[in-house]
Amino acid sequence: MNETYDLRTAESHIEVHKFHAGAILGTLVIIFFLQAFVPVYFHRLAILDLPLLVTIYFGLSRRNPSSGLLLGMAIGLLQDSLSGPIVPLGLYGIAKTVIGYLASSIGARLDTEHPAARFSLTIVFFGIHQGILVLERRILLAQPEVWFTMHLGIAALINAVVGVLLFTLLDRLRKPS
Amino acid sequence: MVGVPSRHKSLALLASVIFVQVLLLAYQIKRDSEGRLIRVWSVSAISPFERAGTYGIGSVRGTWGHYFALQNASRENEDLRHENDRLKLEVTQLQSRVAEAGRLAALLNFRESHQQVPMLGARVIAASADSASRTIYLDRGERDGVQKNMGVITPDGIVGKVIETFSNTAQVLLLTDKDSGVGAMLAESRIQSPVGGTGEPRLEMKYVATDDKVEVGERVVTSGMDRIFPRDLPVGTVAEVKPGNPFKMIRVQPAANLERLEEVIVLTTMQPLILKHDATETSTAADSKSTNKPAAEQPAIDKPKSPAANQ
Repeated sequence: MNETYDLRTAESHIEVHKFHAGAILGTLVIIFFLQAFVPVYFHRLAILDLPLLVTIYFGLSRRNPSSGLLLGMAIGLLQDSLSGPIVPLGLYGIAKTVIGYLASSIGARLDTEHPAARFSLTIVFFGIHQGILVLERRILLAQPEVWFTMHLGIAALINAVVGVLLFTLLDRLRKPS
Repeated sequence: MVGVPSRHKSLALLASVIFVQVLLLAYQIKRDSEGRLIRVWSVSAISPFERAGTYGIGSVRGTWGHYFALQNASRENEDLRHENDRLKLEVTQLQSRVAEAGRLAALLNFRESHQQVPMLGARVIAASADSASRTIYLDRGERDGVQKNMGVITPDGIVGKVIETFSNTAQVLLLTDKDSGVGAMLAESRIQSPVGGTGEPRLEMKYVATDDKVEVGERVVTSGMDRIFPRDLPVGTVAEVKPGNPFKMIRVQPAANLERLEEVIVLTTMQPLILKHDATETSTAADSKSTNKPAAEQPAIDKPKSPAANQ
């Protein structure tokens, strides 16, 4: 964990948070269960991208780019595999790998504990995530895809609001420093 | 010895992880592979939770919706409420069962009226993990005889088709997904055209020429040309017609409520199907040529002949 140590010494005001071993795994199982299960009864909640919010949260909290991008990759590939054959493996994997890397890199440089910072960052990451997905679909899959719709704008705002609440909830899983 | 800075290490890791995933994507596109093994693992890990959640939430929802709501409304009569609580709970359970029985009865009626079509009832246990695609998971899979490309319907209309099967679960691509499509025709004018999803609640009828007359409110039914759904099953109703060149822009409101699916029917045959009235028409035509057998006794499912039989 040299990387973590370096961060602590270089920028001592930014705290690196650790989580219990089962906390991340348990969170992922619950998040994917909710992501697939809730829209059956509340169709409008399909607008939420809970796996993305979790990727952002753990990236911002752990502040380790390597583990952030690997966790993002795992979450993205799991989302791909649960989305069925119409979504090829790697589509969300690549997007969430990048988000995991960016979130943990930014988390290592900025204080991201304030709700306003979390809200803004979630909107930015949602936009980047969507941009990567559109690029992949256009370039790698040769599928027509629009860059922006009003629906996506609303989705970004709703995900940011839910993200702030979810992040506060996930803060309770942190190991006491 | 000069060490590699950790930032460069993580950048190198990022580049290699993305490269591997791009290769994975390319492999799937080139080989038309779907990474089935990984999908089987993922679905097997998540579907037990979804299955348990579906049954759990059903009972909780029934109790919450009827019992606790009634409990709040009857505060004024505290004494009588205690006396009646036990009975209310029983009524609630019965109401929940009646509602379920109603839905199942609709499925059963449909099944009985289409006895010639092999079908299987299934419950919806989950939606897609991807908010951009419209798919659902059913609690029936390969063990129940469900296979890829089987049609899925409700008594109100068609729902979609099976795109992936696992041992106890199947994934269905809803008609509203932008990759979805079904052979359809207008019920009155019999103009044929595929109907596809747009990723939005309404469907699109794609290739109806500008000269053809289409009215808002006209029913759209299956044409049977896709060899998945029998002819004349409801697809939806024309909701909007706009002129276009060379084709009209026609929006169709789906007949089945695809946003609130709980129970569905899987058409468990891969053979081209025709409904009974189609069979009657066919057999009547055949009667006039060769046989005196009543139309009702004709085989209801039109089974394709083997190549040997055709020779």
